[in-house]
Amino acid sequence: MATTIHEPPQIVKAPPGNGGWRNLVPSEGSPRAVQYAPPPSSTAIWVVLFSITMTFAAFTSALIVRQGSSLDWRHFTLPSILYGNTAVLLASSATLEMARRRVASFMGGARSQVGSPARWLYVTLGLGLLFVAGQYAAWLQLKGEGFYLATNPSSSFFYVLTAAHALHVMGGLGGMVNVLRKLGQSRLRRSTLDATSHYWHFMGGLWVYLLLLLWMKL
Amino acid sequence: MHDMSAHAAQHHAPPTSFIRKHVFSLDHKVIGKQYYGLALIAVFAGMVLSWLMRIHLAWGAAPIPGLELLSKNGAPAGVITPEYYLQLMTMHATIMVFFVLTTAPFAAFGNFFLPIQVGAEDMPFPHFNMMSFWVTFTAFLVLMASFFVPDGPTLGGWTQYAPLSAVGKVAGPGQGTGVILWAASIAIFCVGQLLGSLNFITTTLDLRVKGMSLMRLPLSAWGWFITSCMGLTAFAVLMPACILLILDHVAGTSFFVPSNLVLNDQLQPHSGGSTLLWQHLFWFFGHPEVYIAIVPGMGIVSHVLITSMRRPMLSHRVLIYSMGALAVLSYMVYGHHMFVSGMNPVSSLAFSFPTLMITIPSTIIVLIWIGSLYGSKLRITAASLFALGFVSMFVSGGVSGFFLAQPSIDIMLHATYFVVGHFHMVMGVAAMFGIFSGTYFWFPKMTGRMMNETLGKIHFWLSFVGTYCIFMPFHYLGMAGNVRRYSAFVDDYTMRLIPVHKFITVAAIATGCAQFIFLYNLIHSRFKGKPAPDNPWEATSLEWSTPTTPPPHNNFGDKLPVVYHDPYQYGVKSSTGDYVMQASPEQVATPHEEK
Repeated sequence: MATTIHEPPQIVKAPPGNGGWRNLVPSEGSPRAVQYAPPPSSTAIWVVLFSITMTFAAFTSALIVRQGSSLDWRHFTLPSILYGNTAVLLASSATLEMARRRVASFMGGARSQVGSPARWLYVTLGLGLLFVAGQYAAWLQLKGEGFYLATNPSSSFFYVLTAAHALHVMGGLGGMVNVLRKLGQSRLRRSTLDATSHYWHFMGGLWVYLLLLLWMKL
Repeated sequence: MHDMSAHAAQHHAPPTSFIRKHVFSLDHKVIGKQYYGLALIAVFAGMVLSWLMRIHLAWGAAPIPGLELLSKNGAPAGVITPEYYLQLMTMHATIMVFFVLTTAPFAAFGNFFLPIQVGAEDMPFPHFNMMSFWVTFTAFLVLMASFFVPDGPTLGGWTQYAPLSAVGKVAGPGQGTGVILWAASIAIFCVGQLLGSLNFITTTLDLRVKGMSLMRLPLSAWGWFITSCMGLTAFAVLMPACILLILDHVAGTSFFVPSNLVLNDQLQPHSGGSTLLWQHLFWFFGHPEVYIAIVPGMGIVSHVLITSMRRPMLSHRVLIYSMGALAVLSYMVYGHHMFVSGMNPVSSLAFSFPTLMITIPSTIIVLIWIGSLYGSKLRITAASLFALGFVSMFVSGGVSGFFLAQPSIDIMLHATYFVVGHFHMVMGVAAMFGIFSGTYFWFPKMTGRMMNETLGKIHFWLSFVGTYCIFMPFHYLGMAGNVRRYSAFVDDYTMRLIPVHKFITVAAIATGCAQFIFLYNLIHSRFKGKPAPDNPWEATSLEWSTPTTPPPHNNFGDKLPVVYHDPYQYGVKSSTGDYVMQASPEQVATPHEEK
């Protein structure tokens, strides 16, 4: 997929104005004249991340209560591929950060970046897909050892937690494709890129947390 | 690439096709009306179900003509079986709690008026907003579909306690496919509410117009904002719980089903699950849900009362902080629903204490309402009457909460009609009165026509007296030991309570019929009502500053308003009368600026 490179636009920064929780002082004049206000996506991403945190907190508490109240809990060794997947996901966070900086400087008018604003985004997208494929391979590995979804509560939680996380990662991949599409059309907003980046880094952190949880509990 | 202002970012062109204008609309006002329409359908469906239950309780052997068409097995020859009674009860509660009490005061009015009250052109994510409604509508269809599956809907109650909700059809009619559809519906509903909460929070924080500080938001906007924060937390927990419940059904997992469970002489193929786990997950959502239903109503009736009193509340800030305290405390009290679950008595005390604490902000709110009403020259309208009715119901239903908050008393009253009376008054009817108050108040702005005030007042008095006749005797029944959810009376002492049930049934049918006055008024006024002026109640907040009534596509036309005042500048001397609108630059003689 080719990316059309357009002339970097100039960003006009004006003092904070209409709307936003930072503005508490009424003043006169037409609000139409105000050119900058905090973009809603910069708030929305934290709302989304909070909601996801609550969902996984619910899963976590379910796991802890379920394990604590039963005698049928069977421990098993986590599929080794998970550690490789972890490295892939963390690497994708690093490549995304490089992409974000390059795109940001491109958007700020740095002509030296004009040739490659999207390259690292494609790398991140590829690593994200590799992670999901790796998770699928982990399920196959576990299945090969005789642990299915209903075999034991420990395997049930393994499949539920990893599948829920993988679904959220796929949502992040969708966001990445959206960023690439908008970048190609020169319609990308800085706030959209930042929100996608925050989400992706959160997915990495969440996975590390889940891996530790699964390692300790399973 | 270009950076845009927050307001320009959520602007979208007016739709031209019928589908984009009325069906898959991005306009928050249309979406608000769609939510209202969904709630209207749901409330009448829920009301008919309650009539069927009431008729069965009063005259158990009496056939109900035509009911066998809905369920041949559940109502053979029109007589409701005990199992079908429970199925009707479950659907009544689920429909009312999720698709009426959550949908109408929060999603319907909030969608229509929150962006306007903050001065925005729309929600920041209109596509998510549209999805929010259609996802909720899908959830409703999935739930209603359970009426038409072979065993009918689930009979497990809106709480769906495990293990009977997790083992399949062996637990009774509707406990197979019915539960799966119920859990799927609620999980889908959660997605819709999360999308809605995302929009509500970002609208309130990021799209406020120039001069609109947080403390200048009207109390109704505060109610929606606080509710959206609660919804974000509560629905994010209920959704995974429903997913785990579905997996116990379809994948054979054992999250909620314990070992060695024998039902109908069949050993269940599950092991080690925790029945209490479901209760913890459910009630972590379930108790905040009570406040998700009632806090928007608190905001709406405060807004209506202030406009009718022509003066602000005794303390705008304290009322907001108290609503916020309710939201925070609502997450710390859920264990009081589980006092009889065998929990450690120390845990009971730990949950009892914050439950009693939560009465403090509730009482402060009520005292602010009553103190503000004292000595005011209240304009008696249908909207203000229903707002007063809300206060009355909230107090009457809330008082019984003091008793239920104490484990020693709750153990006696748990699962009796006392609890049913309590939550129907404090959560159900109070929230309904909030919806009615909002409808009579905002109908002119939503449709451009006035509702008939006389019919509105008749509707109020019949509803007010009727609901007291229905739900006050419930407390008596509970204290007499009448257990809830039983479809028949078999013991000597409960047989003596049947006349009370007959009285309640007559009251329920009469009060339900009174709602058709409202329905007639709503539909007739929509098409034949008197044209509404832009500001019929002489109110001050931004929804009454729109250039047209109903508001244009982008709410404020070519120029966004600038806010100069606190939201409730009443009782002042101005060029317009005894009030100054928020968007008016006019300096007032005695501004109500709360420090």
